[in-house]
Amino acid sequence: MLVAQSSDVSSDLGIYLPLVVMFALAAAFAVFSALLGPLVGPSRYNRAKFQAYECGIEPSPQPVVGGGRVPVAYYLTAMLFILFDIEMVFLYPFAVSADVLGLFGLVEIFLFIATVGFAYAYVWRRGGLDWN
Amino acid sequence: MTRAQLLADDPLWLILIKAVALLLLGALATMAMIILERKIVARMQHRPGPNRVGPNGWFQSIADAIKLPFKEQIIPDTADRKVYFLAPIISTIPAFLAFSVIPFGPEVSIFGERTVLQLVDLPVGVLVVLACSSLGVYGIVLAGWASGSPYPLLGGLRSAAQVISYEIAMGLSIVAVILYTGSLSTGDIVDAQASGWYFYLLIPSFLIYCVSMVGETNRAPFDLPEAESELVGGFHTEYSSMKFALFFLAEYVNMVIVSAFCTTLFLGGYMAPWPVSLIGDNYFNTGWWPLLWFFTKTWFFLFVFIWLRGTLPRMRYDQFMRLGWKILVPANLVWIVLVVALRAFRNEAEISATTILVAGGIVLVVLIGLSFLLPDRAAPDEDSDRVPVTGGGYPIPPLDLVVPDKDAAAPRRVRRKRQTASVGAGAEKETEQ
Repeated sequence: MLVAQSSDVSSDLGIYLPLVVMFALAAAFAVFSALLGPLVGPSRYNRAKFQAYECGIEPSPQPVVGGGRVPVAYYLTAMLFILFDIEMVFLYPFAVSADVLGLFGLVEIFLFIATVGFAYAYVWRRGGLDWN
Repeated sequence: MTRAQLLADDPLWLILIKAVALLLLGALATMAMIILERKIVARMQHRPGPNRVGPNGWFQSIADAIKLPFKEQIIPDTADRKVYFLAPIISTIPAFLAFSVIPFGPEVSIFGERTVLQLVDLPVGVLVVLACSSLGVYGIVLAGWASGSPYPLLGGLRSAAQVISYEIAMGLSIVAVILYTGSLSTGDIVDAQASGWYFYLLIPSFLIYCVSMVGETNRAPFDLPEAESELVGGFHTEYSSMKFALFFLAEYVNMVIVSAFCTTLFLGGYMAPWPVSLIGDNYFNTGWWPLLWFFTKTWFFLFVFIWLRGTLPRMRYDQFMRLGWKILVPANLVWIVLVVALRAFRNEAEISATTILVAGGIVLVVLIGLSFLLPDRAAPDEDSDRVPVTGGGYPIPPLDLVVPDKDAAAPRRVRRKRQTASVGAGAEKETEQ
């Protein structure tokens, strides 16, 4: 009933309620599981257990705050991801309404893909896609 | 009533029942998947596999699930404790959340309430699945970062780079499906396949999706983040007890999700396969029957996951990134342009789209196949003059080795006079003589 009412009042957001319910349930399950571990499991102190695991050798020193340094290649991949993710995001609405847009949409999306393709070719040529 | 209207009328108790059912489905599918994987891979490798717990070892997963909470939880001193705690939760929630938009079946009656076997049918259902798989990456990166240990950091980064690379290929392969459906709702996508499943109408999209879903879930042959020989366990090296179990759960639930999503997008979702769908005026497409078809298709993909793991060796990281960025992405873009052009063409002139698409698809598959055969640019090898390589491609030891003179090289050994060991009464006798 709650859903029916809410969908009458605000038809856009009411349909997202099951998603919220699912989120709450999954979160409850995950938090419960994560908290269950230390409560149920044993706890026997051993200094070696609390060192970073490096196959038995002395752990390499870590920075005080956070983990170690991140190789720059990963940043490059992340930026490329953003580039192409945005392309993807623009392709989806086009794909939904391609038939409505007709020839105009066709030309526009070709120009768009050509633009991204140009950037893609540039990155490829400069070796941005090579992994070393 | 349409699917969305039926779902909007769901009372709260029905939503709760469905959500709990999905949670259970995720957990049970994970346990079933783990034992099946161990059994099947064992069979492929000619070894018995787990065979101790229960009949033929089939209860091994249950035993493992009970065991995990009773293990000690170890947090390294270098870890960032808050993020360390949050990371497994962040990766678990989206995994389950993606389940909510998967359509499991058509209209049924649950306790007298007419509804659809789907938690929610959003107009942006496809985006929800993609968003959830992207959000899961945060859990992986943060787990690696928060562990304060080099191996998890590298594993987390690798995993993230891998998932986002294949996310592109996956997202682009869905565009063609959306073009055909004209909707982002998963329910509409299944309905639109009543006349023909997309896996043969859009062969290249289907193949690219299949490759990228293996890369996306970090499974063999793309399981580089968990490459045991290089990175110990990957991003969850420092995790133990239930937090480790959550990562494991998230990984397997993600596998179920991408398989179910693939079924939805390309294999007609819950629809009965062709000969069965003809029986008795579509009888097998109504009621609870579609669950059977849906899970058969999904488990087929899950079996393929296991099959791949039992068959293929792990790829090298640069090969893997090259496959994602230099083959799948451009092939995808070309295919999308082709589909868009063909659709516009078909709208203008009346030509059967199926014939064009099938022909075009076959051509593109051949092209992709050929692109695998393209030779790599040979890197200048500085060591090439040091170790001669024969025709077979195997390096051979240098042939100009001179066998050193035996007497000169061998250290002169002092020849000791051999003495009989003196043992017991006999020894005394000898010393007397």
